Amino acid sequence: MIIDLQRFITEERRYWAELEAVLNELERKPAHKLDLPRLERFHYLYQRASADLAKLMTFSAEPNTRFYLEALVGRTYGEIHETRAKPHRLAPLHWFFVTFPRTFRKHLRAFGVCLAAMLLGGAFGAFVITADPAAKEVLLPFAHLQGDPSERVAREEGAQEDRLAGGKTSFSSYLMTHNTKVSILTLALGLTWGIGTLIMLFYNGVILGAVAWDYILAGETPFLLGWLLPHGAIEIPAILLAGQAGMILANALIGWGQPIALRRRLRQTAGDLVTLIGGVAIMLAWAGLIEAFFSQYHAPVVPYSVKIGFGVFELVVLALFLGKSGAKAGCETPPAGLKADRQQEQIQDCGISSV
Amino acid sequence: MHHAKTNILTIKTPEGIVFSLGLAGPVVRFMAWSVDMASIAVIICVLNFFFGLLGIISRDLAVAANLLGYFVISIGYGIFTEWYWQGQTLGKRLLRLRVMDEQGLRLQISQIIVRNLLRFVDGLPAFYCVGGLACLISRRAQRLGDFAANTIVVRSPRIDVPDLDQLLEGKYNSFGDYPHLEARLRQRLTPRAAQMALQALVRRDELIPQARVELFRDLASYFKPIVEFPPEVTDGISDEQYVRNVVDALFRPAAPGRSVRASGLEDSR
Repeated sequence: MIIDLQRFITEERRYWAELEAVLNELERKPAHKLDLPRLERFHYLYQRASADLAKLMTFSAEPNTRFYLEALVGRTYGEIHETRAKPHRLAPLHWFFVTFPRTFRKHLRAFGVCLAAMLLGGAFGAFVITADPAAKEVLLPFAHLQGDPSERVAREEGAQEDRLAGGKTSFSSYLMTHNTKVSILTLALGLTWGIGTLIMLFYNGVILGAVAWDYILAGETPFLLGWLLPHGAIEIPAILLAGQAGMILANALIGWGQPIALRRRLRQTAGDLVTLIGGVAIMLAWAGLIEAFFSQYHAPVVPYSVKIGFGVFELVVLALFLGKSGAKAGCETPPAGLKADRQQEQIQDCGISSV
Repeated sequence: MHHAKTNILTIKTPEGIVFSLGLAGPVVRFMAWSVDMASIAVIICVLNFFFGLLGIISRDLAVAANLLGYFVISIGYGIFTEWYWQGQTLGKRLLRLRVMDEQGLRLQISQIIVRNLLRFVDGLPAFYCVGGLACLISRRAQRLGDFAANTIVVRSPRIDVPDLDQLLEGKYNSFGDYPHLEARLRQRLTPRAAQMALQALVRRDELIPQARVELFRDLASYFKPIVEFPPEVTDGISDEQYVRNVVDALFRPAAPGRSVRASGLEDSR
């Protein structure tokens, strides 16, 4: 019990101010580390402020001091009990070439599920086009895809003028922003235990399969590959990666075979989700540029062999990047189930930085 | 931590200290979101003007810049402001709300990004129906994005000390003759009860006479058994005067510089 409140506040205020100054310093410079004597002092000040708060709880007439101390103790509690790594200084190259591909490889099974959903959708789209060609009008939402493929190819190849002249940059921006929004939605639908994510991927697969099969049946495979591969080699995997992030979220929600609490599972996945969607945004920016400035030009302006070769090259580079980049023996990102302290140890050994 | 639906989240530290955070409900959060939407609209209008100037060079470039600007602002506004202001957007600052880690730990940038990206689902089908419903149902008033990111939105109201001199009208407080009983009163009353008495005095002129009499009668009968003052102090004073004496005993600074406001603590909060 406090007998003399004024004396109590006067005596304790300097300790609170000292604690607040250390807290401000830590919050202003996240990378800053306190040396051992200062750490001990910080811990002492925290304990002292906690004890003061406990004493003040019994005193009815000082709500402001109590709220102030609660905020102070709350902030210090966050600093002292936080076990997750502090955000490092921005290291975008390390993040892109190491963290991003490692995160992809860490969740390969989720990617496999997404790929299966899209392939299934593709097969369904192809089946529907074969069984009922009239369904094309319902299945394909774009008018230029509903006509005869051969007629379109003849029109594109015989074009005398650049129909995108003066509009390529805005078209590219539209593609980037639209596809990124679709990707974010695909990720976010992971909240529906992954059902929404899988439906999105299946639906995209249906459209892709229907278009592809329609052009293949019409004998326009070179045009199809030359048209889709340059940007699709990056864009389609990007959507799959967004789906992968959605499935990671779904897996954290469902928690199959993970003997840890839901909140901890979600806490563990947040960094991976951000890494994947960040990588997806970069991939889609590239795909948007290629689609607007390259994919829409066909033979004889750009030979199909060049376009297909470029698309295959991109696909190989992407596969190598996602499969090999940042791989160092024994230094893969630890699986989500590993104990937190062991994960931290492994992360430090390998110099993996968090986003 | 509490497990029932409540508007208070209580966190108990391993040191045994308990501190509480007031959770923000869907209505006040919707108001903050409305302010943020208005802010985004203003920023986009300003950007449109400047990007429109690019049309002098190329109309294509101007349209592209507008598209990208809209996208970046609409997605990045919440992420940037919550990172820069440590859990607050402009709307949250105005309404005194703050995003916090659910366990009271440091808010991480990945949490901020995840909760903002998942707005795409919370916003479905329109006007945050999914998020609002989730907020109503959730025991910690979380929308789905908050749930996935392990965040909560708390209220951080500023507490103003009322002008006690005006409130107490400078009247003599007979309780002051018994400092040991005043000390016991301060020790036994809960902060909530003390605030209740103070608020009753602050708002007394808003009440109709009958309600005012009944309120102070109830309050006085609540306070009297907690600490019993001698009859010569309590006899002959009205219930309202009794409550005024209680507030005076609880809140009046004993000496200059005693109050929290004078100590400068309020500013640093």
